[in-house]
Amino acid sequence: MQRNHNHPTIVTIEKVIDETPTVRTLVFSDEVMSNVLPGQFAMVWIPGVNELPMSVMISKESGKAAFTVRKHGPASTGLFNIKVGGQIGVRGPYGNSFDIKEGKLLLVGGGTGLVPMMRLLTFVKSTDNVTVLIGAKSKDEIFFEDLANSLLKNNTYQVIVSTDDGSYGEKGFVTDLVEKLVNETHFDAVYVCGPEIMMYKTVQSAHSRGIFVQASLERMMKCGVGICGSCCVGEDLVCKDGTIFDGQHLSSNKEFGYFYRNKAGILENYQV
Amino acid sequence: MNQLLYSKLGTLIKVEPSIATSIGQIQLDRPVMLASGILGISLDVFNRLYRSGAGAVVTKSLSKEPWEGYPNPTIFSVKGDGWINAVGLSNPGAPNFAKIIESNQDVPIIVSLVGSIPEDFEMMIEEFENCTVTAYELNLSCPHVAKVGLEVGDDPELVKKIVTTVKNSTDVPVIAKVGLGTTHYLNTVSTAIDSGIDAITAINTVRAMAIDVETKRPILSNKFGGLSGTPIKPIALRCVYEISSKYNIPIIGCGGISTWEDAVEFFLAGASAIQIGSAIGDNWIDAFSDINNGIISYMERNGFSKIEDMVGIAKKS
Repeated sequence: MQRNHNHPTIVTIEKVIDETPTVRTLVFSDEVMSNVLPGQFAMVWIPGVNELPMSVMISKESGKAAFTVRKHGPASTGLFNIKVGGQIGVRGPYGNSFDIKEGKLLLVGGGTGLVPMMRLLTFVKSTDNVTVLIGAKSKDEIFFEDLANSLLKNNTYQVIVSTDDGSYGEKGFVTDLVEKLVNETHFDAVYVCGPEIMMYKTVQSAHSRGIFVQASLERMMKCGVGICGSCCVGEDLVCKDGTIFDGQHLSSNKEFGYFYRNKAGILENYQV
Repeated sequence: MNQLLYSKLGTLIKVEPSIATSIGQIQLDRPVMLASGILGISLDVFNRLYRSGAGAVVTKSLSKEPWEGYPNPTIFSVKGDGWINAVGLSNPGAPNFAKIIESNQDVPIIVSLVGSIPEDFEMMIEEFENCTVTAYELNLSCPHVAKVGLEVGDDPELVKKIVTTVKNSTDVPVIAKVGLGTTHYLNTVSTAIDSGIDAITAINTVRAMAIDVETKRPILSNKFGGLSGTPIKPIALRCVYEISSKYNIPIIGCGGISTWEDAVEFFLAGASAIQIGSAIGDNWIDAFSDINNGIISYMERNGFSKIEDMVGIAKKS
């Protein structure tokens, strides 16, 4: 029987990698998930716990995929705690993917927002000049720096890490670094995934200079297929119209950067 | 005037049939509505759906207070076809929602309400005093939340009290959405009609569940949910046919409608309008214009000039 991508497929966790004390990567075998486009996500069922949307992480081995999760609420902590041999359900892939441009590219990621960036790196051409910006609060929250370096070994590239407290790499907010870089250099495309404020400021920096920019948005999701409406941002549904939106579109969205909806669907403010 | 013009020019110019429809006092430009529970959370989305061809949007069922609903998984895709959901009636609550739609001018919005006692409904209707509301739809049929929905619909005394109270609280048309519970749905329809209801929506999702054989446990966090989508369409169609055969009440067909053929079937069975939900999960919001256009082509081929011409004619054969 042909696989119904809306129906959860049960996979077994084969390897667990500790990225930081609060971030783990769980590797499993699944041909469909191993081949998703950069930015696409899966709905991940943690039996008896919850189900949550996760950007699909790459694996070094073919036919395998992974999820990189930071323990936060009950659902992500449930996923974080899955051991080797544990089973989870995956459905999807869902959502659109980054438009892959050529030339001088800037990829900006914070936390698990780096996941779609790592997959995007597997799609860049060897002729592309790639800058990866990794933003973190402090040194112990940094991961994927080595991975980014190894994925780009055939390119002209730089991987820059910035920490808010200056405990590693450059000191300061990653968005200040973005502003500095786009001011100095012309990029053909900027891609960003991370906390909403990071995305908002990055989109502003790039879009205001006429640079093509795309962000991968995150919202509360229940269905993942455009039925429940939980993930709406203005008139857009993140699961169905996104998760990737370009700067032109986002600049006219009244909610992006300011509001998200809680479980009851009430607008809450990001700035508070 | 228009009618005269059309009849004179009709032989010369091909006149497109009208898909405007009336459900009692409710007038809509198009007969395909968004069903309750689907996408109904922001006015921007409502506007988009209206531009996409929805004749009206029915909101998520609103309660007095905000509800978070159940934890995920809240929706499950049945192998083959159909969905089982137990979202748990998550909604921002009537007072918050009234503020969301206060500025609405363009979209025919049908406000769905859920509650346990007549006073719940009465209080919520007051909240919408300053909103342009096309109708209220009383959720008497959600099959997966305790003390509301189907548990209310199954209690004829409560249905009578709620419908009577709501009818006394507003001049806006009031629709009852019925489903398959322990009380025969035709009895619920009859009670609602006797209490002054203006129209009936039939049917809601059908109580169902799914178990994963690998992990050997129910999939939905609530264990039970409501089955929607094409598997329930023949059941919904049968209900619409039965209601229209027995009672003289405007009907809105709902349940597994995904194509124009499905929509026409419901018109022929006695529905004056239809609602779609699961079809959006399969065909996204193009479903509205696809169904509208299919209905128009069908009407042209069959010589129907308006929806009303089709309503209930399968009963005459």
